[in-house]
Amino acid sequence: MNEIRHHVPDPMMRDYATGALDYPFGLVVASHVSLCDECRARLHSQEALGGAALEEAAAADLSSGLRAAVLSRLDAAPPAPAAPPRRSGIYPGPLVEALKGAPPRWKSLGLGVRQCILHAGAEGSVRLLHIPAGQAVPEHGHNGIELTLVLQGSFVDETDRFGVGDLEVADNDLTHVPVAGPGAPCICLAATDAPLRFKGLMPRLTQRLFRI
Amino acid sequence: MNLDPMPATVAPVTCRANAAGLVMARQAGGRRMPDRSGIKAEAGTEQATRAATDTGAQTAWMIAVRDRRDRAAFARLFDFYAPRLKAVAMRSGASAAEAEDIVQDVMLSVWQNAHQFDAARAPVAGWIYRIARNRQIDLARRKRRPEPEELTVEVDPSPDSDQILGLEQEAAALRNALARLKPEQRQMIERAYLGELTHVEIRDTTGLPLGTIKARIRLGMDRLRHELQGLRRK
Repeated sequence: MNEIRHHVPDPMMRDYATGALDYPFGLVVASHVSLCDECRARLHSQEALGGAALEEAAAADLSSGLRAAVLSRLDAAPPAPAAPPRRSGIYPGPLVEALKGAPPRWKSLGLGVRQCILHAGAEGSVRLLHIPAGQAVPEHGHNGIELTLVLQGSFVDETDRFGVGDLEVADNDLTHVPVAGPGAPCICLAATDAPLRFKGLMPRLTQRLFRI
Repeated sequence: MNLDPMPATVAPVTCRANAAGLVMARQAGGRRMPDRSGIKAEAGTEQATRAATDTGAQTAWMIAVRDRRDRAAFARLFDFYAPRLKAVAMRSGASAAEAEDIVQDVMLSVWQNAHQFDAARAPVAGWIYRIARNRQIDLARRKRRPEPEELTVEVDPSPDSDQILGLEQEAAALRNALARLKPEQRQMIERAYLGELTHVEIRDTTGLPLGTIKARIRLGMDRLRHELQGLRRK
């Protein structure tokens, strides 16, 4: 596997560790961490700081019966929940879970581009994108932040090349035309916290139809 | 000597429990436990010693819970964490009764998921922190937080004690760095890590101590990453 060069930014990793990230970005970060040892280590470090803060926190008095109540429930404690899913093909465990263990159900967006929406809500959306090799995604800007994690193939835009495991963070300032690299189709996990803005008229119409 | 602006409350059981925890762990199948005599008291204070001994004892307790379902060791962990978990839950708006429900859920998860604890990869405090945050997310959100898949390598039953010690020292140093922050910086960290589930801007306007924490996180990251690479090569 190629070396991962584009990682989760520090503030976003902290937000994941503290629980401040909503589901769409959380799914992308958990998927990237599943593929990236460096970010797994960074996550553990963030959690170590959270743990240190917990150790340093002031203590509250407990009701007198709580300790005995918890100790008495150890035997009755339900068994540990099933282990989270392992990766399946190009899809890391958290995505396998989001797909409920089934292959993606692709919907065509035209020009060979396909998508599979995993979640769309007020806090944003997250979906899989399938882009044929060499194909461009229409030029678009963002109202908020767009995260794109490459799962297969690669893409190139004005900023850099992104291969498997790489995470691109695009914000308000970036209007870009990502082009899928040669070889295998590019499959990405993409999440936004606001709808994308496309420049042409047609994409704007299809944007409503396809919820991208 | 550094002034600790907000001295942490220490459960009175801690010192006694430390010794007991280490003895328990040493008796457990003769596994070599890290030698803590070399820990430098970085802050030169009682705080530094306390952080180091707490961290070491907690690791021993958690391993005893994982490997031998040791109830006495679990009770020690409960005595240390339950009052803190309750205080943190109440700060986020939970009533005393709700906070105790949360404490109960989190501590039972610690017992149930003990098999996942790996002392070479996460300090006890960080591991319990993750469980507590997940509980808070479950209560606040419709959807659970997606979690990274677990590493495919199994938990090493007898990891290198130097690895564990290294991680413990790192965790204790983090805690000391935190204790040395100015009150407003410390409140900022507490709001970000222990507060409600929202983004908190951490401003580094006052210089050094917060920089120390960032450096500590980076150091810990390097160490953990090398370890993970080593695991993958096995």
